[in-house]
Amino acid sequence: MSNVVEMTGVVKRFGTVTALDGLDFQVAAGEVHGFLGPNGAGKSTTLRLLLGMLRATSGSARVLGLDPWHDVATLHRRLAYVPGDVALWPNLTGGEVIDLLGRLQGGQDRARRDRLLQTFDLDPTKKSRTYSKGNRQKVALVAALATDAELFLLDEPTSGLDPLMEDAFRGCVRELRDQGRTILLSSHILSEAEALSDRVSIIRAGRVVESGPLAQLRHLTRTSVTADVARMPPGLDLLPGVHDVVVTNHRVSAQVDPAGLAPFLQALTAAGLHALTSQPPTLEDLFLRHYGPAGSLEAARR
Amino acid sequence: MTGTLAGTGVLVRLALRRDRWLLPLWILGFALIAYSTAAAGAELYPDEPSRVAAATALNATASMVALFGRIYDPASLGALSLIKYTAFMTAILAVLMVILTIRHTRGDEESGRLELLGGGRLGRDAPLVSALAISFSTSILTGLLSAAALSLGGLPGPGSLAFGLGWAATGMAYSAVAALAAQLTVSARAATGLSIGVIAVTYGMRAVGDLAEPGPSVWSWLSPIGWNQQVRAYAGDHWWVLSLPLALCAVLVPVAFFLRAQRDLGAGLRDERPGPARGNLSGVLGLAVRLQYRVMLAWCVAFVLFGVVIGSLVGNVADFLSSPGAQDLMRALGGPRALTDAFLAAEISIMGVIAAAYGISAANHLRSEETAGHTEALLGTATTRIRWASSHYAVALSGVALLQLLTGLSIGIGAASVVNDAELVSRSTVAALAQIPAAWVLTSAALAVFGWMPRLTGAVWVLLLGLIALGEFGVLWNAPEWLMDLSPFRHTPLLPVDAEGIPALAALTIAAALLGALGYAGWRRRDLAA
Repeated sequence: MSNVVEMTGVVKRFGTVTALDGLDFQVAAGEVHGFLGPNGAGKSTTLRLLLGMLRATSGSARVLGLDPWHDVATLHRRLAYVPGDVALWPNLTGGEVIDLLGRLQGGQDRARRDRLLQTFDLDPTKKSRTYSKGNRQKVALVAALATDAELFLLDEPTSGLDPLMEDAFRGCVRELRDQGRTILLSSHILSEAEALSDRVSIIRAGRVVESGPLAQLRHLTRTSVTADVARMPPGLDLLPGVHDVVVTNHRVSAQVDPAGLAPFLQALTAAGLHALTSQPPTLEDLFLRHYGPAGSLEAARR
Repeated sequence: MTGTLAGTGVLVRLALRRDRWLLPLWILGFALIAYSTAAAGAELYPDEPSRVAAATALNATASMVALFGRIYDPASLGALSLIKYTAFMTAILAVLMVILTIRHTRGDEESGRLELLGGGRLGRDAPLVSALAISFSTSILTGLLSAAALSLGGLPGPGSLAFGLGWAATGMAYSAVAALAAQLTVSARAATGLSIGVIAVTYGMRAVGDLAEPGPSVWSWLSPIGWNQQVRAYAGDHWWVLSLPLALCAVLVPVAFFLRAQRDLGAGLRDERPGPARGNLSGVLGLAVRLQYRVMLAWCVAFVLFGVVIGSLVGNVADFLSSPGAQDLMRALGGPRALTDAFLAAEISIMGVIAAAYGISAANHLRSEETAGHTEALLGTATTRIRWASSHYAVALSGVALLQLLTGLSIGIGAASVVNDAELVSRSTVAALAQIPAAWVLTSAALAVFGWMPRLTGAVWVLLLGLIALGEFGVLWNAPEWLMDLSPFRHTPLLPVDAEGIPALAALTIAAALLGALGYAGWRRRDLAA
C-alpha cells in the first residue's frame, strides 16, 4: 500500500528552538495511525506542517502525493482537520460554524452532519461563546467528520470529551476506517491510541523514536498490578517478566511484561487472591523506561 | 484584603506587569506633546497682538470652533497654544482610558483569564477595583506630568495645573463610563464600541454647544469634554468645574459595581439567546462581513451624522469671518464659493484621516483572527491563505470607500440644504472620494505589516499618529520637505478637485496596491502563529 503521509528528515526551527529534529514519519493508506508523544514533543507542529500552516526548515514532506506548502487548495479538498485547540467565533452558533467550515471544505454530507449532531448530543443553536471545551471540540469534530475527506488529521481529538462521547468518537473512527479512509490521530494517552490504531508512531523531542503495529510495541509496555493475597507466594521476583516487586503485609505490587502476566497471575491465584487492580501501561512509564527521564533530550536521542 | 475585594493587589500588579510598556509610553507621550506645544507656542506668538489676532481668527472660524472649541481669553498664550488639546486631545485620552479599562475588565472576562484567576482567592469586586485603580492613576499621572511639562515649557503654573487636572478628571470620567459599559455587553469589542460611541456623542454635543451664540450653550454642559473646556485653563481657571467629572465618577462607579453584583461571571445584561442551527455564510468573505458589519454600521452612522452637521455649518461660514477685510480677501480669491470650499476641504480631509483609521482597524482583524486561533480552523479547509487574507482586506478597502462616499454625500446634502446650492453635493462627494487612495495606503500598510511583522500590527497606529502629527506640526518642527512628503494625505487634492489631481490619486492607488502585494507576499511565506 502506498503512503498517504511521507516525511523524511524534516527539521523545523522556531528561532533557536528546534521543534522537529530530523523527523521520519509514514502513514499508510487506509490505516488508523496513532501519533503518540508527551506534551511538547512536536505532534501539533508535525500536523501543522502537513497542513501547510508551517514551513519546514529542511527535509521533505508529502501528503496524498502533494506538497503541503504549495498545493494547499488541492490538498485540503481531500483532507479534514481538527485542531488541537479549537477556537470558535464567539458570536456564531455551532451550527453556523459547522456549515461554514463544511462549505469551505467543498461540501459536507447534510444527513451525516445531522446524524453526527445527534451522536455527539450537540445543540447547534447555541452561540459558540457559551460552549464548554468539550462542546467546542464536538463542533470541530462534526465539521470534519461530515466531510468526504480521504485523510483525517485529528490533533488530540478527544480532549475535553466525556467517556460516553469518547466512545461515540471511536465508533465514528471505525466507521471511517471501514470506508477505507486514512486517519492520523495524535494523542498523549497510550490507551486511547491502543483502542483505535492499527499502527502507532511515538514522537519524542522532535523525532519518531518507535513506529509499527501496536502488537510489535507491546514488548515496550508493562502492566502495573496490585493484588491482595491470603499468604505470600514465594519467589515472585524470580518469575520471568516480573519487575519491581514490592510486598507489604498482604499486598503485592509489581510491573509485569505482557509475556509474564499469565504465570504471575497463576502464582497469585495459588496464593489465595482476593483483590486485584491492574493499570494499563502509560506512555509516561514507557518513556521513562526506554528513553530516559522526561525532559532529558539527550536521553531521547541516544 | 478580604471579602469581595480579596486579591485586588495581585490583580493590580498583574496589570502593571502586562502594561509595563504601554502605560509609561502613554503617560510620557502626553507629557511630551504638552511640553513641545507649550514651548512652540511661545515662539509662534511672541507678543500679545499676535496672540489676539490668532485667537480672534480661530474664534471666528466655524470649523475650528466646531472641531476644537473657543478661546476664552484672546490674550492668553496658554489658551491659544492648547486650543487643540482641550477637547480633541482630551477625547483621544478618553479613548485610551476606555481601551485600558475594558482590557482589564470585560476583556479578561471574555477571554476566560478572570475565570482562571477566579479559581484562586479573588473577590468578586477585585477585577473592577483594580482596573479602575489602574485607569484612574494613569489619568492622574498623565494630568500631573503634563501640568509639570506645560509649566516647564514656560506657561503659568496655576493654568498648567488646571489644564492637567482637567485631563486627569476627564480621563477618570470616561474610565468610569467604560467600567459601566463593561458590565452591559458580553464582548469586550462591544463594550469598547459603546464607550467610544459615548465619547463621539459627547464630543458632538460640545461642538453644538460651542457653536451656539453666545456660547457655550447647555449642550456643552451636558458633555464631560465640554466640562473640560469650561475649566478654561489659562483663561480664568474655573477650578470648581473639575468637580463635575468627579461627581460623574461618583455616580457611574457605584452603578457599575451594583450591576456586577447582579450578574454572573461572563454574562452581560441580557441572557445569550439561541441562534440559527443552520448557517448561510457562503465563505470567508461572508464571514469577514459578518464579523465586521456591526462596527462598520456604527462608523457609517457616525460619519453621516458628523457630515450632515458639518455640512449645515456652511451657511454660517460667511458670518463667522466677521472682519469685512477677510471677506473681501476671500471674494478676491474666488468668490463666496471659495469660502465654503476652504471650509469643506478642511472638514473632508479630516474625515479622510479618520477613514484611514477605520481601514487600519478593519485590516488588523487579520491579526486578531490569527492570534485567536480562528485562522487555523479556516486554513485547515480548502481555503487558501490569499483568499482568507483578501476577505478582511476587501472589507477594509470597501469600508473606507463607503465611509468616504457617505461623508461626501452627507456633507454635501447638509450644505446644500442651507445654502441652496445643489452642486455642493457633487463637489463635496468628489472631494471626499478623492480621499480614498490615501486612506487605502494606510490600510494596505496594515496588510504589509501583517504579512512581514505580524507582532507589530499595532505599529500602523503609530505610523498614522506620526503622519497626523507631521501634518499638524511639521512646519512648526521645521521638518524637511521630503519627510512631510511621505504622508499620503499631503498628496490628496483638495476642493475643488479637477483633472490636475488625477496623477496624484493614481500614484497613491498604485502605492496602496504595491503595499498590498507586499503584504500578500509576506503572508504567503511565513508560518501561521501558533
